[in-house]
Amino acid sequence: MMNNIIVLPLIIPIMVGVILVFLRPYIKTQRVISLVTMLGMVGISLYILNKIQTEGILRLDFGGWEPPFGILFVADSFAMLFVLTANIVTAICLMYAFSSIGENHEKMFFYPFVLFLIAGVNGSFLTGDLFNLFVCFEVMLLASYVLVTLGGKKAQLRESIKYVVINILSSWFFLVALAYLYGTLGTLNMAHLSERVAEAGQGPLLTTISILFLIVFSLKAGLLLFFWLPGSYSVPPTAIAALFGALLTKVGIYALFRTFTLIFYHEPSITHTLIGIMAGVTLVVGSIGAIAYKDVRLISSYNVVIAVGFILVGLALATQTSFEGSIYYVMHDMIAKAMLFLIAGTMIALTGKTKIDEMSGLIRNYPLFGWMVFIVTCSLAGIPPLSGFVGKLLVGEAAIEAGSYILLALAFISSIVVLYSLLRIFLNSIFGETIISPEDEVPLKKGMIIPIVLLAIGTVFLGLGAEFISGYVSDAAHTLSNPSVYIEAVLGGNK
Amino acid sequence: MKINDVILRTVTRIVVFIILTFGVYLFLSGHNTPGGGFIGGLVLASAIVLLYLSNDIEKVQKSLPLDFKLVAASGVLLATGTGLGSLLFGVPFMSQTFAYFDLPVFGKTELTTVTIFEAGVALAVVGVVVTIILSISEDE
Repeated sequence: MMNNIIVLPLIIPIMVGVILVFLRPYIKTQRVISLVTMLGMVGISLYILNKIQTEGILRLDFGGWEPPFGILFVADSFAMLFVLTANIVTAICLMYAFSSIGENHEKMFFYPFVLFLIAGVNGSFLTGDLFNLFVCFEVMLLASYVLVTLGGKKAQLRESIKYVVINILSSWFFLVALAYLYGTLGTLNMAHLSERVAEAGQGPLLTTISILFLIVFSLKAGLLLFFWLPGSYSVPPTAIAALFGALLTKVGIYALFRTFTLIFYHEPSITHTLIGIMAGVTLVVGSIGAIAYKDVRLISSYNVVIAVGFILVGLALATQTSFEGSIYYVMHDMIAKAMLFLIAGTMIALTGKTKIDEMSGLIRNYPLFGWMVFIVTCSLAGIPPLSGFVGKLLVGEAAIEAGSYILLALAFISSIVVLYSLLRIFLNSIFGETIISPEDEVPLKKGMIIPIVLLAIGTVFLGLGAEFISGYVSDAAHTLSNPSVYIEAVLGGNK
Repeated sequence: MKINDVILRTVTRIVVFIILTFGVYLFLSGHNTPGGGFIGGLVLASAIVLLYLSNDIEKVQKSLPLDFKLVAASGVLLATGTGLGSLLFGVPFMSQTFAYFDLPVFGKTELTTVTIFEAGVALAVVGVVVTIILSISEDE
């Protein structure tokens, strides 16, 4: 099958990133090219997404080697919705970087590495081969290692060494798990794996391997094993932190969904129960973290953790409705988390303080910015008509259907905690008496507020236009709950 | 402190050529027999690193005025470019092809698009290895 277009989200950012290496001294050119590339990627993703609706799941066999022998890319609605949202968020974070990241970063290959990062992210979403997933993970992680250490401040280096070590460890686990899987089943093509697991039955050995994968992806996604996350997400510059908060955990989440809906779905009483427990604990611990701290960046980071728990409640329930809810919520979370991190960074840039009780009355100095904080608070808490609502509603509905009242309760208590933790920011820092006198007021750069407004428009659109994208989402959830659709698209036609 | 490195320098002068030749041999023997761009590139890089070790950095940089970061970048560009080149011919990404040509000196020769891809890999490896070694040595 010939669908060369689906490799473009991987290859174009890589090539453009490499070209930007040659253009190192020309910052303006780098900005324009990288932004144009990202906007182009958004267009291409939209095109592919619509093509899938008419032609079904697309696949591309690299070099014409047919599955299960070659490596291939598979684009279904689930993957493309992730790709599309990730590219939109990256484009907007780039805009924010223009006015905030500083010349030193821009001259040290900041833009190439952002493009490599998104190439790795897109590749991870699109690949149809587990080993290739590992490679794409590494592309993404290597770029993220550079981005997290770039600048070399003391706190940054302290946190990034933890980040690098924990990721290298989990990559090693990933490799070991891949070796076990290849040793037992003799293939790493996802569809082929699914078929073979179904034929052989998911015995104790395979379930153990699946739990190894669960550990690996949980480390990456920040499900339960998130001890590294709040530190390393709160030290890099704002635009980078926003990219990390929005994208990196989502790749782990994607991998969890893919493996546990496509390959290891035969023993839900073990694996999915385990995921449910982990998601529940993540929700509780994340909630405690979100309330415990006064540093805006740490509060934002713990909000990432809560969202991971919430999304994986959808996987643990494993019904079509819960998948739909999770997909809506992932898209919402990418946009809203980027917005939250950008807002947190902007607050710090405006006041020079990091703790919420040291700032006050920002809405009097920056009214539009204050309202943006209000929007993100409502959106993350899941207040209609903003984007968090649909996902929460669907996951809740699925939890009631499945009778998982504990998960249901935890999920909605965590929503209240999210609301509380963000309202604390709002009431302490945005409302109240202003501490900045008009003459000391740092002007809010247009380049900072415009990306935030764009993300706000995104969250409103995703909320009001839920109907508009429901076709794509239900198609994605349909593929997740029926592995045979995916297998047929990959292996059908050459048997 | 000045180290007496006469032996190292004399040996390097000869050995570098042997290593470079072996590197090119490994590179060309790739894709059908053991070898290829990656290990060929590693061997080539080791020759360059040996030059840096036996002479001082400034001297080598004068005779080999390359920014190895850009060498690596052009390698990646070449490798991904050949992959992307398949799109122009309407075949799947990363497709390869080969043909036999009668060249004046070599006689009947197999020319493949894989070699271009491998050249990109080799450049990338040389660039990355030398950049890593140089940035370690620059550290005080």
